[in-house]
Amino acid sequence: MANIISDETMEYVGILAKLELSLEEKEAARHDMERMLDYIDKLNELDTSGVEPMSHIFPVDNVFREDVVTNGDDRENILKNAPEQKDGAFKVPKTVE
Amino acid sequence: MDILDLTAVELGRKIREHEIRVVEATEASLAQIEKLEPQLNCYVTVAKEQALKQAKEVQKRIDDKTLTGPLAGVPMAMKDNMCLEGLPTTCSSKILENFVPTYTAEAVKRLIGAGAVILGKTNMDEFAMGSTTETSAFGETKNPWNPAHVPGGSSGGSCAAVAANECFYALGSDTGGSIRQPSSFCGVTGIKPTYGTVSRYGLIAYGSSLDQIGPVARNVEDCAAVLETIASYDKKDSTSIRREDCDFTAALVDDVRGMRIGIVRDYLGEGLDDEVRDAVLAAARVLEEKGAVTEEFDLSLVEYAIPAYYVIASAEASSNLSRFDGIKYGYRTKEYEGLHHLYKKSRSEGFGKEVKRRIMLGSFVLSSGYYDAYYLKALRTKALIKQAFDKAFSRYDLILGPAAPSTAPRLGESLQDPLKMYLGDIYTIAVNLAGLPGMTVPCGRDSQGLPIGLQLIGDCFREKNLIRAAYAYECTRSYEMPDLAKQAREQEVR
Repeated sequence: MANIISDETMEYVGILAKLELSLEEKEAARHDMERMLDYIDKLNELDTSGVEPMSHIFPVDNVFREDVVTNGDDRENILKNAPEQKDGAFKVPKTVE
Repeated sequence: MDILDLTAVELGRKIREHEIRVVEATEASLAQIEKLEPQLNCYVTVAKEQALKQAKEVQKRIDDKTLTGPLAGVPMAMKDNMCLEGLPTTCSSKILENFVPTYTAEAVKRLIGAGAVILGKTNMDEFAMGSTTETSAFGETKNPWNPAHVPGGSSGGSCAAVAANECFYALGSDTGGSIRQPSSFCGVTGIKPTYGTVSRYGLIAYGSSLDQIGPVARNVEDCAAVLETIASYDKKDSTSIRREDCDFTAALVDDVRGMRIGIVRDYLGEGLDDEVRDAVLAAARVLEEKGAVTEEFDLSLVEYAIPAYYVIASAEASSNLSRFDGIKYGYRTKEYEGLHHLYKKSRSEGFGKEVKRRIMLGSFVLSSGYYDAYYLKALRTKALIKQAFDKAFSRYDLILGPAAPSTAPRLGESLQDPLKMYLGDIYTIAVNLAGLPGMTVPCGRDSQGLPIGLQLIGDCFREKNLIRAAYAYECTRSYEMPDLAKQAREQEVR
């Protein structure tokens, strides 16, 4: 069964992915995704009823520690990587009117 | 004797015995880099000054006997998706072009503690997404055996650098075959350890449930020595595993008598190059002649590993890569209207095509309405694949097969058709899904002279079986390396 991805779905996925694709890129992405999904549909040949989804190979527990700061104040170096900074903070466009 | 012809462990020994100075070895590596980089492009960043400074410091610590390990003073390279404090870490992406980490990856820290001299950061497919190192934003790496061919990927820079003597060993990372496949294409040895063996702290995440750091080197002994050094329990990685059996060099024993080896019949069928099949089966015969018991068997489910992988890896990538937003680090677009537009535009301009393709696919399979049908289905498939391996390892000590269906393709051939490129990972990908250790060792060359790799797969925590079999096999052969002098001459002619 050939997968067809609607314009609305492409729009929605673009929002989730936080990507702004040009019309041309969008068409290419749609084509690629449809082809990949056709291929991924192969998984439907497998009967997986009663099989638990496996996230981790080994049983894992969360790692806890006391809430004590162990790394030093590295603000200056960290901020050096920011595209824009102001007064010791990351600078972003105005978000609240 | 040429310093560059030594293995990492041999060089380490000569340094400890004061036959070779660390600075000498570092200078030899740097000279080789200078000579071959214009042609091969294995590195994104070469840290010349830093390496020479580090070499002097390490020499002092060797002289005063505070450093006594096998790798002290040996120059190495690391894939550019691992952080090193103070040196750019780009993931071969424009979006991280100017990112300078404020901390160092745990695996790298352990090597530094053991006296490693870091020559630089190696090229890779952007965010490790690719099988050829052609998706790098900083130009493709070329295969040292024939520069018209790709080195494989995504750890193509690391594997090519080792093959070209541009370092004595390197670190790579493997999410779906990214150490084993380029090792095969470049004629070097590489190990992808059991998931959780090497800390992922400081490794920029692609598919977190699949990613593992591992060594790439000229032989099995070097790989074992590096893995022994980087394996550790680390609280900073919540999936790190406490292991007591990390003395991997103890498995360097030339004896495979009685070892039960399963040859995956479903890896030898349609789609596999005849020359690769012949070389892999010849290697199996060598192990049999040395006393191993080999048998062909059907692993099953092989064709389901790639679709399951692309769902899981893309889903994890779409989540992991959401942190690149143009705010805290990395590329920021020049003109935008408001915060959300800033995010979207920075990401769209900063990421390359393959990365965007996978983020889109990942966002789709995780979106409501599709999550069960795709993502959970893939996780259920993963459980079945794990069961298939469990069954195999109830009968065999290790599994043997090819690392890739062919030898290295020509540059530019693979990216035309992504699905076809994905299919090239068919023999490596299931290993990541099942968290198993896997290893590539060179086992011959095809009629074009390009290397062929043998893949060994072990049960979880059974790296020693791989190392023992690989070492025994390697003892029957001599190390082959590309004719670099010839290539340097050709470069001059051009």
